Amino acid sequence: MSHFDWLSELLARYQDEHILVRRGAATALAPAHLLEIDPEDWGRAAQVAAGYACRWAGVWAEQRDAELMVTAALARDGDHLLLRTQVPLSTPLLPSHTQYYPGADRMERHVQNMHGLVFSDHPDPRRWSRHNRWAADSYPLRKEFAVGSAPLPAAPEQDYPFIQTQGAGAYEIPVGPVHAGIIEPGHFRFQAVGETVLNLEQRLGYVHKGIEKIAEGRDAQGLARLAGRVSGDSTVHYAWSACMAMERAAHLAVPPRAQALRAVLAERERIHNHLGDIGAICNDVAFTFAWQQFARLRELWLRDNAACFGHRMLMDCIVPGGLATDPSAAQIAQLRAAIDPLRRELAALYPILDDHPSLEDRLATTGVLSAEQAQRLGCLGYVGKASGQDHDLRRDHPYAPYDRLHVSSPLFTTGDVAARMQVRMQEILDSLELLVVLLDTLPDGAVQVPWQAPAAGSEGIGLVEGWRGEILSYVRFGSDGRIARYFPRDPSWFNWPALELLIHGNIVPDFPVCNKSVNGSYSGHDL
Amino acid sequence: MLRILNKIRQTGLITEDLPREPVLEQVGAQLRAGIARQFQGSLAIRQVDAGSCNACELEIHALNNGYYDIERFGVHFVASPRHADVLLVTGPVSVHMETALLRTWEATPAPKLVIAAGDCAACGGEFGCSYASRGAVSNVIPVDAVIPGCPPTPLALMQGILQALQTS
Repeated sequence: MSHFDWLSELLARYQDEHILVRRGAATALAPAHLLEIDPEDWGRAAQVAAGYACRWAGVWAEQRDAELMVTAALARDGDHLLLRTQVPLSTPLLPSHTQYYPGADRMERHVQNMHGLVFSDHPDPRRWSRHNRWAADSYPLRKEFAVGSAPLPAAPEQDYPFIQTQGAGAYEIPVGPVHAGIIEPGHFRFQAVGETVLNLEQRLGYVHKGIEKIAEGRDAQGLARLAGRVSGDSTVHYAWSACMAMERAAHLAVPPRAQALRAVLAERERIHNHLGDIGAICNDVAFTFAWQQFARLRELWLRDNAACFGHRMLMDCIVPGGLATDPSAAQIAQLRAAIDPLRRELAALYPILDDHPSLEDRLATTGVLSAEQAQRLGCLGYVGKASGQDHDLRRDHPYAPYDRLHVSSPLFTTGDVAARMQVRMQEILDSLELLVVLLDTLPDGAVQVPWQAPAAGSEGIGLVEGWRGEILSYVRFGSDGRIARYFPRDPSWFNWPALELLIHGNIVPDFPVCNKSVNGSYSGHDL
Repeated sequence: MLRILNKIRQTGLITEDLPREPVLEQVGAQLRAGIARQFQGSLAIRQVDAGSCNACELEIHALNNGYYDIERFGVHFVASPRHADVLLVTGPVSVHMETALLRTWEATPAPKLVIAAGDCAACGGEFGCSYASRGAVSNVIPVDAVIPGCPPTPLALMQGILQALQTS
C-alpha cells in the first residue's frame, strides 16, 4: 500500500458532489497534501470525507491582510490532507465541521474566540478559550490585537452556562479549577444521582497562556524553546514536531545521527510518562505498591536522562537543525545498559498487575469508551488504541528514523481503564525494543547543521507520534526568519471529550482513575 | 501476595541508599529541624498550578517517590488551601487563573508562606507577561521565596522549601 492511494477516490467523490478542488503546490506542505476549496464547499467537503472514513485532525486560521486563511487537517491511513480556504475579514463566516466530526467542536470554538471566525451552523454557541478576560468582540490572533493588551478586570469564571440537570435526587458537584492533587487546573461539573455520574461537563482554558500569539515574531530557536513548553510532559515531542515543521519549511536536512537521537529522546519520554502514569492509575485505586515501584523506575530513568542529556525531562535538547547535545560513547553505553534492568523489573511487576484481583476489580469494565465513540471523536494514542483505533504515525506514515525501524503498536477493543493501561504497558516494551535498535545502530557524524531561515511565506507541517498520540504542528515564516504563525495541536483535543463520554454511568469515586487513564494535557489543549 | 512481598523485600529501602546525592540527607535534616521549630513538625503544602506547562508538577510529584520521600521530613501535600501552611505555586499566572489563585491565597489561613516554584513562577519564564499571562506569581500575590529552574529538580525544590523556612 502506498501513501495517498485513497486520495483519488476522495477527489472523485468531491467531483461527484460538485466540490471544486484546486490542488495546492504538491510539495509546499509535504508530506501532507494541500487542497484549496471555496468557502461555501467547506462543510460539504468535510461531510464527504466523513463518509469516506477520514479522521478529522484539526483546524487553524491565520489573518492574511484583509482575509482569514483557514486550514483543516483530515487524515486516513496515516496520510494527512489539508483543506484550505480564504474568507474575507469583513464577513468571516464558514460552515462548521462539527456535525460531521464531533471532535471538531472545541477547536472550532477556539478558532472563533481567537480569530473571530464564525462557524455559522456550529451546534454550540458558547465561548470556549475566552474566559471573559478579553472582550467578546476582540480577537487575540487578529493583527490589530496587541500581545500586551491589558486584560479586562479579574472576575470569577462563573457565568458559563453549564448544562443543567433537574429531578428528584439529582445533584451537582463542581470541581476545580484548583484540584485536590498536584495536577493542572480545569473545571469539571458533575451531575449525579447517588454515586452514579449522569453527566460530566468540562470547562477548560484556565492555563491559556497565549502561546500562539507570543510565538509570533520569534526566531526559530525561540520557537523551539516555546514549543518545548506547550506541554512539559511532552517537551521532546513538541520540540521535535515544531523543528520538523520549521526544517521542512526551510528544506533543511537533519543529519542521520540527530534523527536517531531524536527518536531516542522521544522513546525515553514515552517510557517515563507511561511508567509514571501506570503507577498513578494504580495509586488512584489505592494500590500503592505499584505506585512506589513505578515511581522508582521512572526516577532512575530520569536520572539517566540528566546524566546523558543534561536535563531530566530532556527540555531544549532538540533545536532547529538537529540536537543541542551529542552524548559520548560512554553515555550511549549507559543508556543501552539501562534497558535490560528495566525489562527485568517489568517482567517481575507486570504479572503482579495482571493477576491482582482487586486491581482487576477496579480497572476492568471501568470507564468504557466504545470503538464507535472513539472513532467519531477521532481519539488518538492510548485512548484510541484501547478502543480499537489503530493509529500510530511511526508505523502508518513513518518519519525518520522510524522509516528504517519496525514499529509495532498494541490494539485493544474493550476500551476500559484496564485496556488503556495495557496499551501503555505494552508500549513501554515496544519502546525498549526500539531503543535497543536505535542505540545499537546509532550513526556517526554531526548532530546539527546550521539553521538557515527560509524565505518569507514558507510553511511547514510537523507530525510526530507523541506518547499521548499524534501531535501536529503548523509553522509559517514571515520576513527575517521570524515566525508568522505557529499552531500546535495536542491529541488531548480529541481525548478530553472522550472522558466526558466514558464516565457516564460510572461512580463518582472512579472519576480520578478514569481521568488518569486518559490523562489529557491541560496546557497542551489550552494553549 | 508472595510476589508483592518478595518484590518489596528485594527493593529494600531505597530512601536510605543515596550514594549519588549525599547532599540530600543534609538538606533533609535541616528541613526537618526547620519544620519542627516553626510548624510543630508538620508542614502542609497546597500546590497550585497557576498556568504551568506541567513539567514543574512532574518534578513536584517526584518529591513523593521513594528516593526523595519528602514526607519523612514532615512535609506533606494537602488537598485544600484551608489545611495549608505553604502555597507552592507554579507557572506564569495565566490571566484565566488569576482569580482562582487569589481566592486560594485568601482561603489559606495566616501565617502562610508562598513559594513560587520554577522560572515561570519566579519571573514569567518563557511566557512573560501578555494579554493572557500576568507573568511572575509576585505580580498577583505576595511571594516569600522563589525556586528557579525549568523545571526545578526535586532536590532544588527541597532546598528551596528549606530556604523559604530559613528566611521566613
